[in-house]
Amino acid sequence: MGTKVSDDNPAGGTSQATRRQFLAEMARTACGIGLLGLGIGVYAQRAGALPAQALRPPGALPEEEFLAACTRCGLCIRGCPYDMLHLGRLGDGVPLGTPYFFARQAGCEMCEDIPCVPVCPTGALSHELTDINKARMGLAVVSDQETCIAFLGLRCEVCFNICPIRGKAITLEKEHNVRSGKHARFLPVVHSEHCTGCGKCEEGCILEEAAIRVLPKHLVQGKLASHYRKGWEEKAKAGESLVTPDLEHRYNLPEGVRYEHGGKGLILEKAETPAPSGPADVLNRGLEGR
Amino acid sequence: MKQTRRDFIKTNAIAATAAIAGVTIPGVKEALAAEEKDEYMDVRWDKAACRYCGTGCSVLMGVKDGKVVASQGDPDAPVNRGLNCIKGYFLPKILYGKDRLTKPLLRKTDGKFDKNGKFEEVSWDEAFNVMAEKWKAAIAKSMEENKGKPVDKLTSRVGMFGSGQWTIWEGYAASKFMKAGLRSNNLDPNARHCMASAVVAFMRGFGIDEPMGCYDDLEHADVFVLWGANMAEMHPILWSRLTDTRLTKAGSEVHVLSTYEHRCFELSDNSMVFKPQSDLAIANFIANYIIQNKAYNQDFVANKVNFKRAVTNIGYGLRPKHPLEVAAANNGYSANDPADPEKNKGDPNKMDPMTFEEYAAAVAEYTVEKASEMSGVPQDQLLRLAKVYADPSKKVSSFWTMGMNQHTRGVWQNGNVYNIHLLMGKISEPGNSPFSLTGQPSACGTAREVGTFAHRLPADHVVMNKDHRAYAEKIWKLPEGTINGKVGFHAVLMHRMMKDGKLNCYWQQCNNNMQAAANTNQESFPGWRNPDVFVTVSDPYPTVSTIAADLVLPTAMWIEKEGAYGNAERRTQFWRQQVKAPGESRSDMWQVMEFAKRFKTEEVWPEEQLAKMPEYKGKTLYEVLYENGQVNKFPKQQVTDDRGNNYGNDEMDHFGYYVQKGLFEEYRMFNTAEGMPKKGHEMAEFDTYHKVRGLRWPVIDGKETLWRFREGYDPHVKVSDTVAKGAVNFYGQKDGKANIIFGPYEPPAEAPDAEFDLWLCTGRVLEHWHSGSMTRRVPELHRAMPDAVVYMNPKDAKKRNLRDGSEVKVISRRGEIITRVDTRGRNRPPEGLVFVPWFDESRLINKVTLDQTDPLSKETDYKKCAVKVVKA
Amino acid sequence: MASYSEVGKEAVQAKGWFGAYKWLILRRLSQVSVFLLFLLGPLAGVWIIKGNLSSSLLLDRVPMTEPILFLQMLAAGMAPAVDALIGVLIVSLFYLLVGGRVFCSWVCPLNWVTDAAYWTRERLGIRGGARFSRGLRYWMLGMVVVLSAVTGTLAFEMFNPVSIVQRGIIFGMGLAWAVILAVFLFDLLVAKRGWCSHLCPMGGLYGLIGQLSPLRIRADQRASCNDCMDCFAVCPEPQVIKPALKGAGKGVGPVILAGECTNCGRCIDVCSKDVFNFGLRFNNEEKVESLRGTTQQP
Repeated sequence: MGTKVSDDNPAGGTSQATRRQFLAEMARTACGIGLLGLGIGVYAQRAGALPAQALRPPGALPEEEFLAACTRCGLCIRGCPYDMLHLGRLGDGVPLGTPYFFARQAGCEMCEDIPCVPVCPTGALSHELTDINKARMGLAVVSDQETCIAFLGLRCEVCFNICPIRGKAITLEKEHNVRSGKHARFLPVVHSEHCTGCGKCEEGCILEEAAIRVLPKHLVQGKLASHYRKGWEEKAKAGESLVTPDLEHRYNLPEGVRYEHGGKGLILEKAETPAPSGPADVLNRGLEGR
Repeated sequence: MKQTRRDFIKTNAIAATAAIAGVTIPGVKEALAAEEKDEYMDVRWDKAACRYCGTGCSVLMGVKDGKVVASQGDPDAPVNRGLNCIKGYFLPKILYGKDRLTKPLLRKTDGKFDKNGKFEEVSWDEAFNVMAEKWKAAIAKSMEENKGKPVDKLTSRVGMFGSGQWTIWEGYAASKFMKAGLRSNNLDPNARHCMASAVVAFMRGFGIDEPMGCYDDLEHADVFVLWGANMAEMHPILWSRLTDTRLTKAGSEVHVLSTYEHRCFELSDNSMVFKPQSDLAIANFIANYIIQNKAYNQDFVANKVNFKRAVTNIGYGLRPKHPLEVAAANNGYSANDPADPEKNKGDPNKMDPMTFEEYAAAVAEYTVEKASEMSGVPQDQLLRLAKVYADPSKKVSSFWTMGMNQHTRGVWQNGNVYNIHLLMGKISEPGNSPFSLTGQPSACGTAREVGTFAHRLPADHVVMNKDHRAYAEKIWKLPEGTINGKVGFHAVLMHRMMKDGKLNCYWQQCNNNMQAAANTNQESFPGWRNPDVFVTVSDPYPTVSTIAADLVLPTAMWIEKEGAYGNAERRTQFWRQQVKAPGESRSDMWQVMEFAKRFKTEEVWPEEQLAKMPEYKGKTLYEVLYENGQVNKFPKQQVTDDRGNNYGNDEMDHFGYYVQKGLFEEYRMFNTAEGMPKKGHEMAEFDTYHKVRGLRWPVIDGKETLWRFREGYDPHVKVSDTVAKGAVNFYGQKDGKANIIFGPYEPPAEAPDAEFDLWLCTGRVLEHWHSGSMTRRVPELHRAMPDAVVYMNPKDAKKRNLRDGSEVKVISRRGEIITRVDTRGRNRPPEGLVFVPWFDESRLINKVTLDQTDPLSKETDYKKCAVKVVKA
Repeated sequence: MASYSEVGKEAVQAKGWFGAYKWLILRRLSQVSVFLLFLLGPLAGVWIIKGNLSSSLLLDRVPMTEPILFLQMLAAGMAPAVDALIGVLIVSLFYLLVGGRVFCSWVCPLNWVTDAAYWTRERLGIRGGARFSRGLRYWMLGMVVVLSAVTGTLAFEMFNPVSIVQRGIIFGMGLAWAVILAVFLFDLLVAKRGWCSHLCPMGGLYGLIGQLSPLRIRADQRASCNDCMDCFAVCPEPQVIKPALKGAGKGVGPVILAGECTNCGRCIDVCSKDVFNFGLRFNNEEKVESLRGTTQQP
């Protein structure tokens, strides 16, 4: 591909370029195109960075591969029955033409049939995702325990209630409210094993600025030292102690006192409570029978 | 399919959500922290009772420049100790919805009232003129019809539908206006839908209303049994107390019974999903188990209880021509006129005495095998439940709300649970408590205690009792024989009577019955829109009810007026007026008292009545009822607190005296005036309540009562020949003995069949209060819980080729709604049952429900009817 | 050559207004209908076609994918997905049949913009500006592929005004207006027919595809040419005309064979002598002979 016809000479013949001129022109063109390419490349690098709060639809390949595979066609957006996906427009601060959602605006509703995925022509949204619960769009994190009203002891639990992986991705840890002394706190805890990053929790959070947020997993997740194991999990996995089981312990104890090894510890046995009135013996026999 | 689902969601969810502002994009505002000016510095803080549920949390409201700008849970409140639920967190926002009503609106055509006209703004004067004209015409007709009838046979064509969310004095003022002024007992509160079954069971069992225990039972019980209460969502703060006990008290247990799995199951040690209506069998099985194992408290059973057998085959409170009512032997009404007790078909209220042995024989058929078979709950779980009741060393508190009260045999079932506690003597002491929780903030304080039911007078007195009427007439300074002795129309009957043209004027205050009442299509709506009926609705906001009304009155809400609520543990809490209501909004009390000015005694009382007190001739009802030397006894004053802050009181300014104080002090006379037929509802003086975080009545000598009926805790119980130290005396009954009343299993009115193959249960959610007229105006709550969905078992969904999110119709014989399927949400129904919350005015589930009631309490059963669910 | 405002006047006189604008009107209709088809879904809920020109789904069944995207994807190292492969084959086959750059003149939304820029430029008599080689687009194409390979992403799609504009129309403009304006100004002030005829790598790729297209513009009546030069004035790629129109003497046939020809048909419109017509690339000789025979009769 050379420069056969010059623009200003539509009716004319070929230019009588010398070999030298021809090469010079080639070099100029190559340099110009190279510079342009470099410019576009650098621009694309910057404009191709996904902001942390923008999440990809379910099944999206890792971001680098995604940007290589997504044709920016918007078919996934058409596939979404909830209209919560957007196509990055110029000025949105999201890689141009690629699909994303802000959890705070509207999270993924996690349709069982995942209609956004099979329509993707290139597999940028991987067609291997057939169980929406296996999607990993991000990872929720309770980012502010100072303002989360559950941590304040209030009864909110919107994130827990709204979570589509109910009782797994977010659980409520119940604990005694030391301040009030009489109430329990219901604290949301996210489990990365189940969280799909759908963003419903962030969308639903009733604070002015959400105290639970969905972010890319690598920005959120910690990592234990590779050598360390959770002893109780290892034991559960093995079904028994990893080392020789403990011997039976015996103790010097006065009468009416028991010691439960590995259980309650010291137990001061109360005298049997007699029924205030009426025969408890029949009943108690009934109770022991079970 | 995809497109319809998409279009559906677009037109509903998104449109609704988009209409509400308040979506913030994250990460925009940063770095501006620290410098925030403390614009809340000079906020005036004052206490109030939370606007929502029966828990009765106390909150502090911060006011600046006449606007509520801040709020907090009251750290000094014994109930909540500074905590709130999510609704309470947003309390200030419910006052400032953009669509507050600020002017009266009347349906008009060409400048005149027209039932089919369009709403136009009118003055209060015009509103009351048109309304009074309608009411006077109806009253004139009633007076004509009542000529020559004895006082316990009077009927009335005007009625009022009130609320367990009225303040105490609003309810009292309305009760007095209707019952003393207009001689109409057609006054019923929405509490009828809520805890009427509990009330009737209290009256039948103990002869006096409201729980014997208090919230301290939550810390003192070893075992909690939930019999039809989703406390985790509906009594959020109580649930956090219960949870705390479960967490911190060794050996404590939680047993949950329900027809579907709900949030309480998260804490449950013994989770029992039973088939609808079979709770009757389960309760009787437990009684049987206790007796069979001779675990009952013999001394208690011998000395503190009587045994009764309820009359059976009592129908379902449906219209008389319904085949079920034709078949019912003891439904109490004739086939012609359900409102006329003279033609009673049996008496459903009747109880026959029996012996302990007879009772034992009656429950003997409810073996564990039978109970398990009927309920679908495994035998070992039923036995585990029975054993905690039967174990004398375990303190058991039973809690229930709508699951047991909204039940066609709700009164029986309330009784059956009392039976268990009474057999064991586990009652009226810390931790041993059968506890009926109330849904509304003042179901106890207002609906029950000041007598806004169709059969009640203040402080547990009833219209059917001649002595009670005479006592009320004495306190109210009325001519003898003024108060109508015939029970008025209850909530459900009102709608039927409106449809039939027998109730012609209807005034609804402080609730939303068009959305709340069952069977909208066949009863509520045709009733309200009957051309012979004039409907007035007082509300702060447009609701489904206002849309169906003829006259809409803009209403001051909650802390826009001085108020008082009574919560589920008998705690009475006051608040001062914090801010002014917007525009021309007026409080319900102002509306009732102003409206009373429109009636001359001659227009509402027959001549022979007036002849008894000729000094009332020519006077208005306002003068007779409120300027009676009692209500207007306390002169106008500046309302202040102990810190010197001043508060407004719009009613005091308008009427010229301290109305709230006058009404409350007159109400107190029902437990202080000479010759009182019933004791036990004593209240402290008005001024005291403004200083305390509520007091649990009876309050005697300034001391509150924690557990009633037990010597030492209850000042009404004294040591005597029959009452030992620390023993109980059920003084609501003449012989001091409570009734164990056997209520057997009877089938529900409508069960699933081949066509309508699912049970429908309805209820509430944590995020919204009742019909959502307040909470749906809080954008954050709307976002957290935007629409009512149909919770369904995944297997049921699959069978119908549906999945989570599918658009469906929920159809019954009466109506249908369109909504979406939720198979993974907070409520997990078993196969064969679906659950739909009723807060959503865009999905009116009560178009689907059946207007069946408990024939004793007249409370609607919203928990059971047959539906089908099909793809929309 | 007459001034630009005079171009086509003869044709109007000879064939009437409609005759002189027939293909232009049809072309505009085609461009509009393609986009109406895409907009029918989001605006009216009638989903004949979903997606956008980059990739789309016809009647929920037939996938279509833009070749240049496919090329970039391959270069970026992605294995082609089945849908994308089928889609690109369908699209390529279609343009192979009807003429590669039919996309440019009959479908591409940017054509409106560059045509408008050219029209304005000529009306205002703007001359000069940068001069690019017409081969530059192939360099661009090469650069796009290399860029994808180097960055591992579809980097050019961050910049590509064609996809930005067509996506903007279907999914919401955002700042895409600025891109339209930029292209317009570029073509108006910087370079005559700068984008479409010189730089656009999509046009380049379609040009390559179109090398073999059977559907062609033919100057079958080239003997009637009166050298008014109107066809050169309206043609976005005038260099493609000359061999066919003026090649009789050199033994070159009347078929315009260059892949750059967009099959827009404007030359047919503006020719008062009906020199041009749509035809097939075959029979590049005999037909001409026979016609010449008839026309040469006095």
